[in-house]
Order: sequence, then C-alpha cells, then structure tokens
Amino acid sequence: MNGLRLYVRYVSVILRSAMQYKMSFLLSALGQFFVSFNVFLGIYFLFGRFHEVKGYSYSEVLLCFSIVLMEFSVAECFARGFDSFSGMVRQGEFDRILVRPRSAVLQVLGSKFELTRIGRLLQAAVMFVYGLGHCRVEWTWLRALTVLFMVLGGVVLFWGIFMAYAALCFFTLEGLEFMNVLTDGAREHGKYPFDVYGKRILQLCTFVVPYALVQYYPLQYVLGRSQQWQLALCPLGVAPFFAVCYALWRFGVRHYQSAGS
Amino acid sequence: MKKYWSFFRLRFVMGLQYRTAAAAGMVTQFVWGFMECFAFQAFYETNPAAFPMEFSAMVAYIWLQQAFLAMFMAWMMENDIFEMIVSGNIAYELCRPVSIYQMWFARTIATRVSRALLRCIPILAVAFLLPKPYGMTLPADLGTFLAFAGTMVLGLLVAAASCLLVYVLAFFTISGQGLRIFMVSLVEFLSGAIIPLPFLPQPFRTVAQCLPFASMQNVPLRIYGGDLAGRDMGYAVLLQVFWLVFLVLLGKGLCRRAERRIVVQGG
Repeated sequence: MNGLRLYVRYVSVILRSAMQYKMSFLLSALGQFFVSFNVFLGIYFLFGRFHEVKGYSYSEVLLCFSIVLMEFSVAECFARGFDSFSGMVRQGEFDRILVRPRSAVLQVLGSKFELTRIGRLLQAAVMFVYGLGHCRVEWTWLRALTVLFMVLGGVVLFWGIFMAYAALCFFTLEGLEFMNVLTDGAREHGKYPFDVYGKRILQLCTFVVPYALVQYYPLQYVLGRSQQWQLALCPLGVAPFFAVCYALWRFGVRHYQSAGS
Repeated sequence: MKKYWSFFRLRFVMGLQYRTAAAAGMVTQFVWGFMECFAFQAFYETNPAAFPMEFSAMVAYIWLQQAFLAMFMAWMMENDIFEMIVSGNIAYELCRPVSIYQMWFARTIATRVSRALLRCIPILAVAFLLPKPYGMTLPADLGTFLAFAGTMVLGLLVAAASCLLVYVLAFFTISGQGLRIFMVSLVEFLSGAIIPLPFLPQPFRTVAQCLPFASMQNVPLRIYGGDLAGRDMGYAVLLQVFWLVFLVLLGKGLCRRAERRIVVQGG
C-alpha cells in the first residue's frame, strides 16, 4: 500500500466514525459557519458605513477574505492533526507512530480529518462567488489561475505553521497559545489585504511569516491594480518558509523524548 | 453565603495558577489589539466623518477589550459543567447542600476574574505607554472612572448570568453543544466583540442596545472613552440592572424545574 492509499484509508475511517454522530457533526459545522459569519457581519456593517477602506471596495475585501478563509479551512481540515499535536505528545501516542514503518508526517496528517470545517468553506465559497460577481475584474485564465495558486500556497503556508507549532510541542509538551496569533489571527485579520494595516505589518507579513505572498501581492494582480503578471508567482515564495517549518519538525522529532505513560 | 465565597476562592486561586498560559495569552492579545487598532485606523483615515466615535475612545475600547477578554468572552464557558451533565457526575453536585445555581455562579465569576486579573495589568500598563494614536488615555474624570468600574461589575454579572442560562438549559437538552454554539455567536456579535455597537446602522443599533447582550462589555468599555455619557449612560445602567435581575430569576427558575425532574444519565 503506498502512502496516498494509506492516507485515503485513514480519512475514510475517520469520516465513517464521525458520521456515527451526525447531529454533533452538523452542529459543529454550523458552529464553524457562525464563527466566521460574525466576522462577515462585521465587514458588512463597516462597509455599509465607510464603503471602502484604503481604496478597496466591499466586494474586493470579500474576495480577499474568502480566499484567506479557504486557505485556512482547507489547511485546518487536513492538518488538524498537527494543530492538536500537544495532546498526542502528552498521551504518548506519538511513540506508537514512531514504531510504525510509515512516515510520521503521513500518520499525523491521517490522525485527524476535520470535515466540520466545511461550514467555513461553504461561507468562503458564498462570499467568493459574491465578490466575483460584484468586483470589476476582467477574468482571464491567468487571473483565475492566480486565485488557485493563492489558495494552494495558503494551504501550504498554514500547514507549515501548524507543523512548526507541533514541533514546538516536543519541547514544551503543551500547546502554546501565542501560536494562535499566527493561525487564527491571520485568518481573522487576513480579511483585509495586509497593506490596510500599514507598511510595517505588510513587511512583517512578507519577510517573517509570508502571508502577504498568498494574499496581498497576488491579489494586486487579480484585482487589476497591477499589470505585472509575475505577481501570480508569489505563492511559490511560501516554499522556503515551508522548508524551514519542516526542518523544525524534523529537529523536534529527532529530539523527542517520550512523555506519555 | 460563606460556602459560595469559599467556592469562589477555590476557583480563583486555581485560575491564578495558569501563569504561562496567561503570558502566552497576553502576547496573543497584544498582537490582536494592535491589528484591530490598525484596521480601525484605516477606516478612520478613509472617512473620519463616518466614524461614530472619537478615535481615542475606539483605542481605549480595543485595549480594554483585550485586557478584560477573559471576563467577557462568550466562549469562556466551563467545560467541566457540560461534561458533568453528559457523564452523569452531576449527581455529586446535586448531593451537596448548596444551591447549584449559586455555586456555579460563584465559580463562573471566579474563573473569569482570576484569568482577567493575571492578564489585564501588563496589557494595560503597556497600552498606556504606547505612543499617541495607539496609546490608552485616562478617563476624562473620576466620575467617568467610577461609572466604568461600576458598570464593569454589572457587565460581568450579566455575562455570568447568561452563561449560567446555557448551563441550566443543558439539563434539558443533555448535550449543551448546540445551545452553546448558538449563544456564543449571538453574544459575540451583539455584545460588540466584533465591532462596537455604535458602528451598526440605525434600526439595528437601537434594537441591539436594548438586548441583554449589550449590557455586557458594551457599556463599561464605551463609558471609559467617553462615548457613552449623560442620560444614555443612565439608561444603559438601568438596563444592565434589569437584565441582570431578569436573567438570574429566569436561570434560577429553570434550575429549580430542572432539579425537580432531572434524570441522571450514566453510572
């Protein structure tokens, strides 16, 4: 059995068990929907009052928010195992993973599959369609492709952050709340293109954690604010960041001392 | 009264133990506060005339919200209580010669205050030191500060009472999950946690301000920056008292009913 087939197997087991509690699944999905729906309501009312922010219109911001929300919810759906990794370390479950003849990353990925994030994804899709219909962008193949790049790059970026977070758990044994800034914080504040927050935040989001590479820069091209098609390639810049996160993870695994009982 | 006081103390001391968590939480809240400030600044610069409050009042609102986050956040519910109800361990709680409502009330307040206490001082200290547009300012006068402090206590009590309502209703529905999600999202938006209530357009704003959710953080945070003053402030305080009495009576009534017909699950 190759890796992919094993993964599909993991996912199908998780889904089947989740579907035993359909009501609970529905409620969780609904909850996910409501949480980000509140954020949407905030944007809706703010734009009802201000109409634009730093030159971005309502539909442009919705487009931006929906793309970030998609990036995040897809990443969380697949990589939730890393996000809740502290429990795995503390209960000694990671020991079991290490003794199996399969890659640890694959097994951690396969340990959780949060289909409930579909609630958020649904909202993102609705906002995306609305934004698409209402903003004055001439859609070309390259622009559509750029959106796809952004989403893929964003998923990899958030996955990398989750992995770095998990790597830290090897040393701290507990989840560090401040890492939430990098995940939930980015999801929440990624609703506006990062230049709205000022130049320094944009720099931080370019060079420290490259959110802007999957949000602000390619968006400039998508929205037709810049004609440079090269901006479409920005999401590729996530690769070095991901490599660093992966290295951190490897480093953590090598220094892992069992903590469970 | 004494027994509830000791419940309070017990939980309070327990809450103070989580210092690393508090430190990590503080970092999160700082970044969060900054990002909020920047975002609202962008809106302010886009159209200052459409901004419904002074920018300094907005900044004070944001920092106070971050500093006292643990006190007002809707999702700060006691997981133990839900677990007890599901697992049937609630039977032990029912055996105690205390009112379950008052005990849980004391507990909820204690958890929230102890968490907030650990975080608020450093956050506020730094917020005061920040340079001009982003720095916290002192309230206009002593009266404003006293009104802020008083409504803060009332707001906390209303928030706790609404939380208690969810716990009590969980007796009837067993799994509190659905209710909880519903309540949390309502409270989040209507208490002004996402955007302050003055940003809402008119008919919505008046309706929202009359709801119990507006009697939580909305009142003290706006009083501090001077956005809520004079007669409006008086109404807001009266409304807070009204909702507090209403929610507590409702919660207690439901609790008494629940205790009479409860069936403990599990063994």
